[in-house]
Formats: sequence, C-alpha cells, structure tokens
Amino acid sequence: MDYLSKDIRAFIEENFLFGGSAEDISDDGSLIAEGILDSAGVLELVAFLEGTYGIQVADSELLPTNLDSINRIAHYVVRKQACLQAARVA
Amino acid sequence: MNRLDQLLAIDADAEIARIGKVIRRQLAQHLRKRGAVVGLSGGIDSSVTAALCVEALGPGRVLLLLMPEGDAAASTESLALGQSFAEALGAHWVVEDISAPLAASGCYRRRDAAIRQFWPDYEPHWRFKILPSDPLAGDRLRSFRLIAEDGSGRARACRLSAADYQAIVAAMNFKQRTRKMLEYYHADRLNYAVAGTPNRLEYDQGFFVKNGDGAADFKPIAHLYKTQVYALAERLGIPRVIIDREPTTDTYSLPQGQDEFYFSLPLKQMDQCLCALDHGLSAAEVARATGLAPDVLERVFRDLTAKRRATRYGHMPPLLVEAVPSIAAGSTPGQGERHA
Repeated sequence: MDYLSKDIRAFIEENFLFGGSAEDISDDGSLIAEGILDSAGVLELVAFLEGTYGIQVADSELLPTNLDSINRIAHYVVRKQACLQAARVA
Repeated sequence: MNRLDQLLAIDADAEIARIGKVIRRQLAQHLRKRGAVVGLSGGIDSSVTAALCVEALGPGRVLLLLMPEGDAAASTESLALGQSFAEALGAHWVVEDISAPLAASGCYRRRDAAIRQFWPDYEPHWRFKILPSDPLAGDRLRSFRLIAEDGSGRARACRLSAADYQAIVAAMNFKQRTRKMLEYYHADRLNYAVAGTPNRLEYDQGFFVKNGDGAADFKPIAHLYKTQVYALAERLGIPRVIIDREPTTDTYSLPQGQDEFYFSLPLKQMDQCLCALDHGLSAAEVARATGLAPDVLERVFRDLTAKRRATRYGHMPPLLVEAVPSIAAGSTPGQGERHA
C-alpha cells in the first residue's frame, strides 16, 4: 500500500504541481477541496491508474469515495487488483 | 411573488435604455470606435445583443455577421433565422461561410482523427456529440462520453479519456475562434467594436471558448440572467420563433441542447439557482421556488461553484511576471462597465 501511495503522490506532484511538493497534502486530504483535482485532472488520474496498474475504472466508480485522496485512490487500486486476481484464478 | 421571482424581475424598458446609454459611452469614451459588429447565431442572446446595439447606435452603425458552417446540426435553420431577423432590424449584414477556413485549419481532419482512435471505421458523415455525465446523478465525478450515429443509424458510445476529450474539443474550438477572427476582421475594416453575446449564466459558468466566443470589446448582456434576457427580448420585438427556440450548442452534428451539454438543469431552473447562489438565498427558499428537492439543490450549487472556479481561467488575462505600470495606468474604465 505504501508504494502505491508514494507512486500516486509522485504522479500528482509531477502532473498537477509541476514538480512542486505535495507534502502539505496528507494522505487523507481531499484533492478536490484543495483544488488539485479538477474535472480534467480526474480524467488524467484515471488514465494514469488504468495505464500503470492494468485496471479498468468503470463510470460508476468515478466517485470521490474512490478518488478524492491519496489513500482512497490507493485502496481503490488494491481492491481493483484483487478483483482482477480473483477473476484470473476463477 | 417569491423572493427569487422578485430578484429576477426586471423593468425591461428601463434596462434597455440603461444598456443603450452604457454602450454609447463605452464606444465613444473607452473603445473609441464608430459602431458595433455582432455575430448573429439565430439564438436569443445574439438577437437581443444585436437589437440592443441597433437601439443604442442606430442600424447604420451595426454590422451583423452570419457565419454558418456545414457541420453543425442546426446551422441551416440558424442561418435562415439570422437572415430574416437581420433584415427586420434594418442593419447591414454579411454571410461568412466558415466551412472553408475550418477545413483549411484542419478542424474536421483533426476531429476525425481523434474519433478514429475509438472507431477506425468512422466516416465524416456520421453524426456525433460529446455528452457529459449528469452532475446531479449521485456523487459521480465528471466524465464525458462520445456518442455517435453511424451511417446505418446505429448508435455508438464510449467514454473519453482526458487526452481524447481534449483533442476533440480543441478541434471543435476552431469554430468559435474562426467566427471571432471574422468578427474582428470586419471590426478592423470598419473601425467598429466587437460585441460579445454571453448572458450571465454563460459568462459566470464558463460556457464559452477562451479567445473564441469569450473574446469581445464589450458584453452588453453579461450581467443579465437568462430570464431577464427573455424579458428584454419581448420588449425588443425579437421574433417569437427565435424566443421559443431551444438554445443549442450549434457545434456538434447530433442535436444537443445547452442544458444537456453544459448545464445540469433546464435553463430556467439553472438561472434561478445561479441567482439564488448569487444572493445567498436559503436552500429552503430556493426549494420552494424551484420545486427542486434539497439534495438536488445541494448538487446544483456544488456544480455551479465548481464551474465558476473552473471559469477563472477563461476570464483571466495573460499573466505577467510583474506589473507594467505604464500599461496598467489609465487602461481601466469604470469597473461597472468593464467586462473581461
């Protein structure tokens, strides 16, 4: 989980803050309320998650509960990867 | 009459006179131009703006531009309505077909290439539009779907990534920017100023293309809610067929109303909600006036606030590393008359 949080934080710093630090943002801080994640940013984040972790983000999963903080994103990726793994085993 | 209706009520005759006075002062004192160019779409906002300019300056000092293109669903109807209204106003009017400049700038080619990323068999005669997710449906974050109707009338749909959405929108924005380029050509030729046509809902919520329809020298109805624009239209004698016409984006080949493309509710309710937000009305008061449920209202207010935040970029002038005092001084007319 820690490596995921680190990757996601790095993505946010690189893409939304032009290399600036996101250290002021806690892992549970709202990216939308902080003005970091706007509607274009959500789509870019989804492309990053799909491209990096091999998951498919469904329309119905485009929710703040899944994507509005570093921790929420990391948990969401773990859940999706677990589903993929289970599907492969089945 | 409830509070919201009171806030939206307007003395149309007095407002028409006031706007006329402001337009004359802006042209004479701030812009130092001899007349106005208005792009006429056949919709209510540009028709009211054109009529206000004619009222303020006289028909001899207003040039109306009709700028059809072969791609948009409503273009033929828009042209016919615009021509007949321009005739009725008695102002000079010119038709500039923008299909050729759009083709030359690659608008269609770039758009088609972006769509073929999804559907390699896409043909330019397919009709399509971009459909945003409904911001009032639960807590869903905003996403966009590409909807198309292929040659056999079969519907297709897919979700757009950020890059694909931006590629299609960037290509389509050539339309608004090409129209604005032509407006400024005629304005330069005649030493006229360009009138922008956004109403308050569009101006506040960013329903415009930066340096496209967002660009203008003055915007005479940007302070008016859509409801108030309708009130002025009645007094200005705008033809019923224009007043009753559903506002469209006039951008995509599949028909699309503005409420579907950009606003989350029918325009009348959207107008009421924006006015309520502007005046700090309580949710209960707005719910009574609009008939909307409190949870829906909360989402509408959230959507309005988010779009207003996103619109800051559209209104923002170029940023400088430091102010250039010689340019800043004396360049700003009264704030009440200065619209970005």
